[in-house]
Amino acid sequence: MQLEQSTLTTKVAEPPVTGKRETFYYDNAIVRNFSYATIIWGVVGMLGGLWAALQLLFPNVLNVGPWFNFGRLRPLHTNAVIFAFVGNGIFMGYYYSIQRLLKSRMWSDKLSRIHFWGWQLIIVAAAITLPLGYTTGKEYAELEWPIDIAITVIWLVFGWNMFATILKRRERHLYVAVWFYIATFVTVAVLHVVNSIEIPAGFWKSYPVYAGVQDALVQWWYGHNAVAFFLTTPYLGLMYYFLPKAANRPVYSYKLSIIHFWALIFLYIWAGPHHLLYTALPNWAQSLGIVFSFMLIFPSWGGMINGLLTLRGAWDKVRDDVILKFMVVAVTAYGMATFEGPMLSLKSINALSHFTDWTVAHVHVGGLGWNGMLTFGILYWIIPKIFRTELFSKKLANLHFWLGTLGILFWAIPMYWAGFMQTSMWKQFTPSGQLKYQFLDTVTFMKPFYAVRGFGGTLFLLGAIIMMYNLFKTVAKAKIVANEQAEAPALEKVYHKHKGEHWHRWIERKPAPLLIASLIVILIGGAVEMIPTFMIKSNIPTIAAVKPYTPLELQGRDLYVREGCYVCHSQMIRPFRHETERYGEYSKAGEFVYDHPFQWGSKRTGPDLAREGAGNNRKSNAWHFNHLDDPQSISTGSVMPAYSFLIDNALDTSTTAGKIRVMQKLGVPYPAGYDKIANQDLVKQANEIAEDLKKNSVSVKSDKEVIAIIAYLQRLGTDITKNKMTAENK
Amino acid sequence: MSVLIVLVIVSVIVAGGFLIAFIWSVKKGQYDDDYAPSVRILFDDTVSTENKNPKK
Repeated sequence: MQLEQSTLTTKVAEPPVTGKRETFYYDNAIVRNFSYATIIWGVVGMLGGLWAALQLLFPNVLNVGPWFNFGRLRPLHTNAVIFAFVGNGIFMGYYYSIQRLLKSRMWSDKLSRIHFWGWQLIIVAAAITLPLGYTTGKEYAELEWPIDIAITVIWLVFGWNMFATILKRRERHLYVAVWFYIATFVTVAVLHVVNSIEIPAGFWKSYPVYAGVQDALVQWWYGHNAVAFFLTTPYLGLMYYFLPKAANRPVYSYKLSIIHFWALIFLYIWAGPHHLLYTALPNWAQSLGIVFSFMLIFPSWGGMINGLLTLRGAWDKVRDDVILKFMVVAVTAYGMATFEGPMLSLKSINALSHFTDWTVAHVHVGGLGWNGMLTFGILYWIIPKIFRTELFSKKLANLHFWLGTLGILFWAIPMYWAGFMQTSMWKQFTPSGQLKYQFLDTVTFMKPFYAVRGFGGTLFLLGAIIMMYNLFKTVAKAKIVANEQAEAPALEKVYHKHKGEHWHRWIERKPAPLLIASLIVILIGGAVEMIPTFMIKSNIPTIAAVKPYTPLELQGRDLYVREGCYVCHSQMIRPFRHETERYGEYSKAGEFVYDHPFQWGSKRTGPDLAREGAGNNRKSNAWHFNHLDDPQSISTGSVMPAYSFLIDNALDTSTTAGKIRVMQKLGVPYPAGYDKIANQDLVKQANEIAEDLKKNSVSVKSDKEVIAIIAYLQRLGTDITKNKMTAENK
Repeated sequence: MSVLIVLVIVSVIVAGGFLIAFIWSVKKGQYDDDYAPSVRILFDDTVSTENKNPKK
């Protein structure tokens, strides 16, 4: 009964189009700016990826230390392709489509420009700071705190402009793409702020307020949702606009698109823990993540099917139209990645895939296929539109399509294969119960696969460069329509204020976006206020034997973070026989309470280091020294870059006091006033290590960085083995 | 594991925000017509293709 009534009233409330016809202009210049940035950063980011990939084949030639060692280059690559290439791609498609969907120019040209230049400045800052080693050590959130603040400000500028444009729109209905953009803005803002709460210890150094297992959970809550709300939802918005536009037919089912949207955003935010299966994260949190991850297959495939079925009866168009070809491959890749995702979230499959190149293949099907190919399709569609011209060469675009598609196949297939072989070799035992393969065996085994992957990446990059040329030639002979004239009737005000209306009428009249905007402001404020105090109290050690790092170890740990060691080395031994045999006792949550940030890693290009200083894994200081100086001289076939610059660089001990104070603020129990005497302990421990090295005929001054990182490596995993009785896992 | 509480609260607030937005959109009749919007986006409102870069 009630339902009928409400449908009735809304039907009545729907006004006939009686608004005055207005003329306005779409801002195409901002679209052009973002499209150029997309192309340039795309090529740069992919070049970085190819370089990093080839480093694993030619570690001695291609690692240009310290700035472009693998550990620093890989974060540069991921940040470039995610936030620079895809980020600018989002904004390009967003500025084009939202103006047309809302039948309105952007609310403020100035804010659009601030958004554009601010975003590019952030990218440049990232491109400078990451090679210099300024990193938080948290994957996909590596940028240090000043840049984090800049990102927050620019993101709010983007959102402000969007909501203001929504409020002055001429189209009452918000097309599903607009909802995807709103969800993107809201969620990314919240994720970025919560994950980036950190206490500075200098202008380019900070420590996250979370430690160990808590930091891991926040990081992957962020990390997975970065995939969800940066690489997926905005691109779905773009798909729902540009695929129908390019095919010139409505989306297969608008109803399904609405269900797709709401189901997706309600499920995505809970999926993060599937990155931490079999780790020290509590089991129930892991299970929660699995359940939601698995459910995600339904909305994801709903969206994929909706996209593909839009082309039903029009597949002949796909044969001739290169833009549609790009989009079909993109949507298919979305389907494959979102099928694989839920599967990889299952514990039994994750036990095989985690830490291997399998995961790397998975993300590149999404990255190259879904994000890459959709971006290319949209670029080929938008550029001729805003320049009111024809594409320079359809042949070259077709060539790009085939290079891209083949590139993805040559990229992904060997890496799936490699991942599967890797995990099988790790798990292999001899009949007598010994591990069959040394870790190094699996590394050298990977090389042919890495070579084919490099070939695939080269094809993909070549395609992107051809696109750059093609689009350059397209715009060279044309002039942009910077302000495109359009006409639409003004939106009639439906709600007339009448006398004596109740106060809540005013709130009801305000659209939800305003509510959401205020929600974000509250969340940001609340999170920044509450979380640090909350976290500090909670970092109580559960294992008595676990002690804070000595000043030298702390400095060494920061070097470990600076060099991006976590990119290739995990610090998380899962409770499997082959892992405990290889690395020692499985990791306990209580061991990580002083780890700001956690360094569990997500990929084992090299072996796990959680117990590098303990038990059978322990090596001499001299071994570490020589290994860091020239890894291949110790482990033939190793792909690790040389870290000989650590031997030349003097350790900066002027930061020790400040770092200790921040650690104390974060609840690490150094005695009061320890910051003043910490360097005395540091020098003492450094001298001991230098003495020991000297005994083993390695001559190095005790004030070098290499001493600190050796101290840290020798400390890893030793706490709970010191006193077995207290090694109870809570 | 107190951070779980933080994350659950934040996630519930975000999800709650979306729920409010969902209820708002249904109540405001956003989904009364589940076909026409998909066709409407295919039409451009641009006045004429001969526009020569007019100033705003």
